Amino acid sequence: MSALDTTDRAIVAATQGGLPLVPRPYHAVAAALGLDGEDVMARMRRMQAIGIIRRIAAVPNHYRLGYVANGMSVWDVPDDRIYRLGPLVGALDCVTHCYRRPRQPPVWPYNLFAMVHGRDRAAVEEGVARIAALLGPELRGHEVLYSSRILKKTGFRLGS
Amino acid sequence: MLDALDRRIVTLLQDGLPICEHPYRDIAAELGTTEADLLARLAGLVESGVLSRFGPMYHAERMGGGLTLCALAAPEARFDEIAVLVNAHPEVAHNYARGHTLNMWFVVATETPQKAQAVIAAIAAETGLTVHDMPKLDEYFIGLRFAA
Repeated sequence: MSALDTTDRAIVAATQGGLPLVPRPYHAVAAALGLDGEDVMARMRRMQAIGIIRRIAAVPNHYRLGYVANGMSVWDVPDDRIYRLGPLVGALDCVTHCYRRPRQPPVWPYNLFAMVHGRDRAAVEEGVARIAALLGPELRGHEVLYSSRILKKTGFRLGS
Repeated sequence: MLDALDRRIVTLLQDGLPICEHPYRDIAAELGTTEADLLARLAGLVESGVLSRFGPMYHAERMGGGLTLCALAAPEARFDEIAVLVNAHPEVAHNYARGHTLNMWFVVATETPQKAQAVIAAIAAETGLTVHDMPKLDEYFIGLRFAA
């Protein structure tokens, strides 16, 4: 983890709600914070280079784009093979997040999580079938958990 | 409704905006439109909710934050009561009911990993249930890109 100084944190706090939609957005952030535009851009480039900023991008509401179905597919694969298999699953178009997480024996044997999105349930099931085919003989078990209700959804507010 | 240019904007800008003095002008040129048109369309896409947000996507853990996925098995008769207890914590960012024995899945986001553990312990104490803490150990891909 790379430390952020107080100026970096001020930039994070000023932009985590969004980047200004004006012709010189980084200079607008700088002006609001009493900083120099070049300094803000240099700091944000550094944060992007070290992975604190993944990218500066549009985050679609996938429901509004028609991707109304999603399933959390969970897989039990050998720990010594997951490093090779995880990136293959993550690279599939239908998979939007792919993580290794700790098993919870005895209730939860799964160590690979892949969120599958689709325009309908059938598309999600097709994606799950593609993952199963990809994992092949390495696969020891899997399930798909569909969300039945959103109980809470608020934005992240971090880093300030 | 989104027109063809809106869809191209949503698709292209999921890949990222450059860090330079006039980033929107450069993207507008790539899309064959004007900077003013691109800015107006982006504002409309955010306002109408097609985009949840537009801006830097920060990596919580690399900023020193705690972020973990938790699950618990809520007895059906107590499900709503437990959802209230879990959701009462402001650190709980998302919470979904899912069809499984582990039927409640929520994300805990905190300024430090230690604070996440304190929230998990509090939820376990308040509900009397085992909270399964499943932080990511590896990240294989965060595509989160949708064809518009």
